[in-house]
Parts: sequence; C-alpha cells; structure tokens
Amino acid sequence: MAQYAILLYADDSAHAPEATPADLEPHNRHADELVRSGSMITAYALTPRDMATSVRGDTITDGPFVDAKEVVAGFYVLEAPDLDAALAIARLNPVLRMGGGVEIRPVHSSWAPEQEPATA
Amino acid sequence: MSDRAAVEAAIADAHGREWARVLAATARVARDLDLAEECVQEAYAAALQSWVSAGIPGNPAAWLTTTARRRAIDAIRRDATLRSKLPLLVAPEDEVAMDDVIIEEPGEAIPDERLRLIFTCCHPALAQDGQVALTLRLLCGIPTADIARAFLVSEPTMAARITRAKRKISVARIPYRVPRPAELPERLRAVLAVIHLLFTAGHTAPSGAALVRADLVDRALHLARMLRELMPDDTEVRGLYALLLVTDARRATRTDAGGRLLQLKDQDRSRWDGSALAEAHDLIVGGLRAGPPGRYVLQAAIASLYAEAPSYDQTDWAQIVALYDVLLEVWPSPVVALNRTVPLAMTSGPESALAEVERLEAGGRLAGYHYLPAIKAELLSRLGRGREAAGCYREAFGLAANEAERAFLAGQIAELAAT
Repeated sequence: MAQYAILLYADDSAHAPEATPADLEPHNRHADELVRSGSMITAYALTPRDMATSVRGDTITDGPFVDAKEVVAGFYVLEAPDLDAALAIARLNPVLRMGGGVEIRPVHSSWAPEQEPATA
Repeated sequence: MSDRAAVEAAIADAHGREWARVLAATARVARDLDLAEECVQEAYAAALQSWVSAGIPGNPAAWLTTTARRRAIDAIRRDATLRSKLPLLVAPEDEVAMDDVIIEEPGEAIPDERLRLIFTCCHPALAQDGQVALTLRLLCGIPTADIARAFLVSEPTMAARITRAKRKISVARIPYRVPRPAELPERLRAVLAVIHLLFTAGHTAPSGAALVRADLVDRALHLARMLRELMPDDTEVRGLYALLLVTDARRATRTDAGGRLLQLKDQDRSRWDGSALAEAHDLIVGGLRAGPPGRYVLQAAIASLYAEAPSYDQTDWAQIVALYDVLLEVWPSPVVALNRTVPLAMTSGPESALAEVERLEAGGRLAGYHYLPAIKAELLSRLGRGREAAGCYREAFGLAANEAERAFLAGQIAELAAT
C-alpha cells in the first residue's frame, strides 16, 4: 500500500464561516464514505481564499500564493495499492462535479506529533 | 551448429518481432523496467553465441524470455542492493512466485504480458511525449538515440524524458496490469492516440526534407497490428489499424520521383497497395456493422472511400460528407470540420466550402494550422480569386515546416503568379 495526497482545487473553499449545512453536505457525505471505506488517513478542509496570507521572500501579501482561478480548497491523504486505485477514489470527489479538480501526489513521508516519524 | 549469418538474421527477426513479448514477460519478473531492459538486451546478446553452437531454437521468443527472466532473477538474488533505489513495479492481482519462474524450461508457453506493457507505457498519468518515447523504447526496442533523432531532439533530452516517465511509473506506482473493463475505453483511447501520433508524425514528418519517415510509419503499423492481435474484438482497435493501412497504402504515390508532393487527384491509383486496401475494407465493414462506430472506424471509412474510387472524379463525395457529419458528432474537432470542407466543395460547391473555412478561421482554434490557409487558397483559386489565393498560399508556406510541403506550396504560388 502507498499513500497519496489528494489536493482539491476549486474556485474557492466551500468551508466559509457563513457556510450552511447544505453547502457542506456533499463534501461531508463524501468524507463519510471515505472514512467508511477505510482508505482515508487524514483530511483537512481549508477556509476560503480571502483568509489566505502568503509570504514570498520577505513580502507578506493577502491571498493565495498562486494567483489563479482555482485555489487549494482542502486536501486529504488516502492509502491505496497503486495509482489507478487512488485515481478511482479521487475521481469520486464532489468538487469534480462543481467545476473543480483534484491533484494526486504520492506521499514521500509524513509526521504527526502523536506518532513516530513515518515513511509512506 | 548454425551458420552465423543465419543466426544473425534470426536474432534481427526476433528483435523486430518479439522484443515487446520478451520484455513484457521479463518486466513481470524483474519488477523494474531498467533491470528488465538490461536483461533482455543481455539475452539477445547471449543468443548469438548460443544459437551458433546449439542451433536456432524452435521458439526464439521463449528462449529469449527464459534467458532474460533467469538473468533478472539471478540479478535480484545476487545482490539486492544492485537494484535501483526506486520502488518496484506494482503488478497487482497475482504476484509471480519466484519458484514458478525458475523451473521454466525453454519451449514452455511464456505468458503474453504485452498488454500490461502497452497500457503501462501509455498510462494517462504520463505526459504524451513520455508515452510515445516509452512505447518506442520498451515495445519496439528502439535505442534512445534513434528515438531522439526521429523526434528531432537531442539524445540527452530524450533520455531524460524516458527516465522521467519510468520514475513516475515507479514512484507514483502506476500498476503493471491491464485496466479493468470499466477503465478500458478511456485507457485504450490513450494507447490508440499514441500509435496514431507515431503514424502521423511519420506519414507527414513535421519538419525535415522527406515527406514520409518510413521508420515511424512502420513502427506504428507494427504496434497497431500487435494491438489488434491482442484485442481482436475491439472495433476501435480494428478501426485504427484499418485507418493506418488505408493511409499507408498510398505511400508510394504521395510524391513523384523527385520527392515533390502530389495531390490526391494527381496520384497513380494503380500503384496503391491493393491488398492493404482490401484488408482495411473488411475491417471497416465489420466495424461499421458492430454498432455505433467510433472515431477511428469512421476516419478509416472516409479514407477508404477516397481510396476505393476508381478515379478522383468518381469519388463518392456525398457519402464522405455524410461520414464526416457522423465523425463530427463522435469527435467534434476543428481539424475534422476543416477536412470536411474538401468533399463539401465537391457536393455543394467551392463557395459554401469557403464560407465554412472562413467560419472555422474566425473561430480561431486553427490559428497556425497551415492546412487551413492551404485549403482556403485552393477554394479561392477555384473561384477565380487568384490574388487572394496567392496570399493564402503564402500564409500556408510561412507556417509549413516540411520541405516537400513547402516546395508544393511554393509551386502553387508560382503557378498563380504566372496566370
């Protein structure tokens, strides 16, 4: 098994402070499915692009690092036997039906405070 | 004892015909594309000595595969650290047990793993230039230097492209397997696109002096034939093979003795490869009967209608336009829409064809595509608008990079200036 990070790209994150449960419902339902399938290891939903702050060199700016139509709206890590399996799971993400997309990146290594350093 | 020349010929034949089979089966055991390639190369080298002294084996591919697989297993056993630091090739479903491989004797049936190799080389997660390079290297066994020459890049550039693709297969764990039925249509499209691209790159070389790069055309035909043998029931696989057969059947007549480009209407139809056309015809008829036809079957049917007319003037233009209409539904490409204007000029007259070309030009998606001003020039010239036609030919000349095509366009410009 290998770990893949799935980066979700969308016009903006659905997880705004004023987001309604209906806004979040498709994302939460998909997350529940991933949890049930046992493939998801960890997941983060990010706040909208207006909340982002970027630092390049010694300059601090308001907004996402890359000035593009889409931003990283969130990411999660899943465990899969190979790229085809990871692609099959990533393609189910609701952002793909909302004009967004996903990027699949094989994980090299990871670390979390409650565990020993781990290699994927 | 076998005659050395006969052995060399047998090895060359096995290289051309069986490289993919041998490498695909070896990769399954080596689980590393570089190691597999090395072992297959060694097996071909070992064949020379062995076949001279022991005779050419009845099944050269089986001999080569067994030899290469033994070498791979030896290399793995001898020194695990010799293996590359990259993760091993993922071959899911059924891992090969080492001992199963070891007891294999020459002559025993070698599993055909070529489809795994094809689908791995053409995985959509790889850039298309990487897919093309890997396909030539791993499925056709072409040296990197020759691939670099065919695509007019330096050898280090091509080597880096191949290395990058192999690394991605390994690190991202692109599996060494045939896609499941649900994934197959999408994955097959990528494979067919690579073979088609190789063919078109050879059929009209993007640049350089010769119109046709026979080496690329032959490789594309070889791959299309291989795929057809491996997936005989797929209509698009048959369609692509038929398309290549029909298009290549005209190879000998596309230029005159001096290498000058000849238009379809000026080509000597008696010199077209009749058996290739007949083989394609049967494939196309079967493909059209098998249900809603795909892109390649339709393209092949169009090319075949052009080729089967007894003369240019007797071409069934209306039927060709009708097929283009179906093709545009399956594959709404502006290039297809442009090509449709050629038979359209015959059925509806150059004026309506010109209006369609101008509509496509205004759409902007064909900017820089030299066939658009070339077709427009031809239509303008037929309408007696010579001055505008010459301007369009000049535009096409400025955009074309193939020398045979440039010479043809220059000839058209000179002809218009003379009238």
